[in-house]
Amino acid sequence: MEKGNASALDCPQTRLVFLLRRVSGQALAHSLGRKFFRFLLTVQGLGAFAMITLGVILRKIRTARHLIWPLIFQQTARAGSRLLPMFLFLAVALGLLVIGQTVSWLTRVGAINFLGTIMVIVVVRELGPLLAAFLVLARIGTANVIELGTARARGEVEALEALGVDPVHYLVVPRVIGMAVGVSALTVYLILGALVSGYLWAFVQDVPLRPGEYFRQLAGALSGLDFALLAVKTSAFGFIIAIVTCYHGLAQPLRLEEVSAATVRAVAQSVVACVLIDALFIIIYLAV
Amino acid sequence: MDVPPTKPGAAAIEMQAVAVSAMRDQSIQVAEGINWTVAAGDYWVVAGLQGAGKSDFLMMTAGLMPPAQGSYRLFGEEMPIFDEARLNHRLRLGLVFDGGQLLNHLTVWENVALPLLYHESFAETEAHKEVQKLLVALELAPWAESTSGTMSRNWQKRVGLARALALRPEVLLVDTPLTGLDLPHVNWWLALLDQLSKGHPLLQGRPVTLVVTAADLRPWKGRAKQFAVLKNRRLAVLGTWEQAEAAKGELLDEVYE
Repeated sequence: MEKGNASALDCPQTRLVFLLRRVSGQALAHSLGRKFFRFLLTVQGLGAFAMITLGVILRKIRTARHLIWPLIFQQTARAGSRLLPMFLFLAVALGLLVIGQTVSWLTRVGAINFLGTIMVIVVVRELGPLLAAFLVLARIGTANVIELGTARARGEVEALEALGVDPVHYLVVPRVIGMAVGVSALTVYLILGALVSGYLWAFVQDVPLRPGEYFRQLAGALSGLDFALLAVKTSAFGFIIAIVTCYHGLAQPLRLEEVSAATVRAVAQSVVACVLIDALFIIIYLAV
Repeated sequence: MDVPPTKPGAAAIEMQAVAVSAMRDQSIQVAEGINWTVAAGDYWVVAGLQGAGKSDFLMMTAGLMPPAQGSYRLFGEEMPIFDEARLNHRLRLGLVFDGGQLLNHLTVWENVALPLLYHESFAETEAHKEVQKLLVALELAPWAESTSGTMSRNWQKRVGLARALALRPEVLLVDTPLTGLDLPHVNWWLALLDQLSKGHPLLQGRPVTLVVTAADLRPWKGRAKQFAVLKNRRLAVLGTWEQAEAAKGELLDEVYE
């Protein structure tokens, strides 16, 4: 602090503090602003890519059938039937997790007749679809980004364009349809497996619940809306994961060394998108 | 493939004041002020050093990106053509990439069959005959079930050529076909391009208009009919070999000793 009549603001230390506050405040605002605009651009890009893909699906569903339809079946098998063993394991684990955590508490409060309801709410409406989506994202979504990103970096997309082959039609449409169907089918498989394994775990824990009573509880907790929304939600998950991963692999010119960063971005954005869609469906459930 | 009627008197390729951007970053211009006409049946070699913009120029010519400026017509039709109604017109032009740019997950057979299966809606059995003809003519039959990762550059380039020829183009653009090849393969390419220029049985004896890029003009002496050099962001049209030799100087020093 200087001696004499100098004010506190003239002190070098004080000026430095104010300067740092102003710089970090501005830097923070700039950083947040940049992130926000990048977010908007990403949403715009993804939205445009999704619209283009839907347009190609609608316009070209009969084009090059001999070539494209086998690719659709291939991608459906890849995002569906090939994951059955892993999903069986997860179904058993999910049933255990839910039952293991809830059964002792439900028994204590004498609410064991709510077991079926809890399974429906937790497994059918929330965990089942999200878990299936995240697993397909981890196994197939990441592979999409790597395959398409590598193809982009190697110039294969330009090769397709030079041959007059629509890259979206050939590379993206089979993956989108395959993943939408695959996630839906795997979710149903996971849910059924979890519900059955949930009962088996309850049986192992000596829960006084007959199978008939358990399935009556499940049937009572399920409504037609559950089936309809499950089909739409899981297809939406599959669609959005395919769109995000294909977008990051394909839409921008990529170098080989950028493929890993694109994969990480795609996974993060897919997770966020799925959670947002899930939140939207919760609102629909609550509103109806 | 149905070929639409050509407008009478139209050149195969006609560029006026065309500027070319880089494919990877279209804000960068690699060439400008290009005035160039390729007549049907011509055999051009466009020389230039690495980084001169030969590949970008060829990709713009193939219609993969629009010219940054100017006008470019293919058989009288404005390019590029992205709408599907006129896709048949754009496919009168084929492009062979420098490295072949094969689809890595497909076998040689599948790569060559891809355009046939996509455009001509051939079932696999029908495509088989056409693809087999191409593979045999280009000595690729032993590689039919191989993927590009198991092949050398010599053979990858040939597969790229087979794939481009599958749609029987009238104009063939070939990006540095001789780069990185062994001598027997160099001679094979030179002989095949000669045949394509004069009329090859694969295309029912119809001569193909050729535009080839090269970093070295020496192998092309006595083969190609017209020459040009891409240098300092300009396309200098030299004409015939004799005219090119007469113009020997700064333009040719780096591509022809």
